[in-house]
Amino acid sequence: MYSKILILRFPATEVEKPIVCYLVKDYDLTFNILNAAVLPRKEGVMVLELTGTRKNFKDGVQYLKNQGVQVENASQEIKRIKKKCTHCGACTAVCPTGALCIQRPEMIVEFDQKKCSVCELCVPACPTRAMETRPTNKAFF
Amino acid sequence: MSAMKNYKINKTYQEINERIRSGEVVVVTAEEIIDIVRDEGPVEAARRVDVVTTGTFAPMCSSGAFVNFGHSVPTIKTSKVWLNNVSAYAGVAAVDCYIGATEPCEDDPLNKVYPGEFNYGGGHVIQDLVAGKKVHLKAIAYGTDCYPNRMIEKEILLRKLPQATLCNPRNGYQNYNCAINLSKKTIYTYMGTLKPKAANANYCSSGQLSPLFNDPYYKTIGLGTRIFLGGSTGYVTWHGTQHNPLAKRTKKGVPVGPAGTLWVMGDLKKMSPKWLMGVSIQGYGCSLAVGLGIPIPVLNEEIVQYTAVSDEELFTQIIDYGHDYPNGISKSYGQVSYADLKSGHIKFRGEEIPAVPLSSMVRAREIAEMLKNWISKGKFLIGEPQFTLPA
Ligand code: SF4
Ligand code: SF4
Repeated sequence: MYSKILILRFPATEVEKPIVCYLVKDYDLTFNILNAAVLPRKEGVMVLELTGTRKNFKDGVQYLKNQGVQVENASQEIKRIKKKCTHCGACTAVCPTGALCIQRPEMIVEFDQKKCSVCELCVPACPTRAMETRPTNKAFF
Repeated sequence: MSAMKNYKINKTYQEINERIRSGEVVVVTAEEIIDIVRDEGPVEAARRVDVVTTGTFAPMCSSGAFVNFGHSVPTIKTSKVWLNNVSAYAGVAAVDCYIGATEPCEDDPLNKVYPGEFNYGGGHVIQDLVAGKKVHLKAIAYGTDCYPNRMIEKEILLRKLPQATLCNPRNGYQNYNCAINLSKKTIYTYMGTLKPKAANANYCSSGQLSPLFNDPYYKTIGLGTRIFLGGSTGYVTWHGTQHNPLAKRTKKGVPVGPAGTLWVMGDLKKMSPKWLMGVSIQGYGCSLAVGLGIPIPVLNEEIVQYTAVSDEELFTQIIDYGHDYPNGISKSYGQVSYADLKSGHIKFRGEEIPAVPLSSMVRAREIAEMLKNWISKGKFLIGEPQFTLPA
């Protein structure tokens, strides 16, 4: 499963059409609208998290672009949900930057966000799903 | 039975439990005992220390729970049961089922989108139950004169169930492989992600804190041994499946590869979601991370000597999961110590490669400390086994 937070900008002419619904129907994607607004000049802006298989995700984004929708990646960051982390260490096998590393001899798994490249490899590699992708800036408008 | 060995220190289970009741008991963890035995020698250590506590917290696939969900009207003898859309085995009586940790939910794409994510399965159902969450139960049946109903659906809550018992047929493996991948592509295994050309080595044991490493010949462990299980009290009820006491051992008696295993049980209603966590192992499947700890009664100086084993004296084999393991080839590419593994690097074919743990030392230590605390406060007595595991 692939998931990304996108900022969609709809031209004024497309605002009325249920474009996003086709993502569900035709591309088997699920979405979670994080924010939406129609700006004064009638163009629409929507921030949503789009989830599906990597291929469907790509096809869905292409479909949006074909409809004249501007698609941007929202800036994202990786956060660790402390309560879910068991300090097992499994994520350190995939983290390419050393943002996730083991402090010895205690064997505590440290997460240094400054070193994180947001490659997201740890997200599916963490058995308890403690690593999460989040938008960095909630104020999009 | 041959004549009892002559020990300088002899303590019975009853004497140790008396000391627990009176609050005089001396309990240390399997890490703390290492220096005590080194400094004072086994006889002094055995005189002073009564119990050594161990712990481990890791995915243990062979886990699950028997759930009795109570009768409904009209009555039903369920033949298929799903809990949150995860299939549970229903071939046991009318309203009993067994939810296994590795069962994925019905609409999981599995490895069709490789490597699969396995976001929800039996292990997660068990965690949701102990977390007090509502779980959706659906069951179908063929209908009989005494059980005419053919379908039920209801929400269940653990505390309202007539009974729920954690019953894990194979936990606490005494040692496990160190996994590498000698193939040319990344593989996703129950031993975690393994990069090609032996770019990482994964291992899964709490080493010197691991229960069966501290009593290698199972001299104090058997049916009736009271343990820490899932945050509460449980019991060893049998030797686990694949229990293999005949594995090769070091001079000190510890096996150098997978050996003994435990069959454990306990009341699910008393357990906690911190110590029973559903896990998703990328490309492999769902499982349950289980918190397990065994207190080892120091009956004599021989037992305390076993518990003093350290990571430098514990070894495992490097096994290739790229080609050998899936083809049933058992070949070791070398023996490594847990001290080396825990250092973060091992030497393999002349090169340093990162060693990655899958078993949480932080949680293992917490379990050993909790057990120590329970015993010191008189809340947990040592269970004397009816018979010990086959050695
Ligand atoms: S894999 Fe997940 S649970 Fe394990 S140490 Fe990393 S973040 Fe924590
Ligand atoms: S997103 Fe990538 S760099 Fe950041 S912690 Fe996860 S694996 Fe490491």
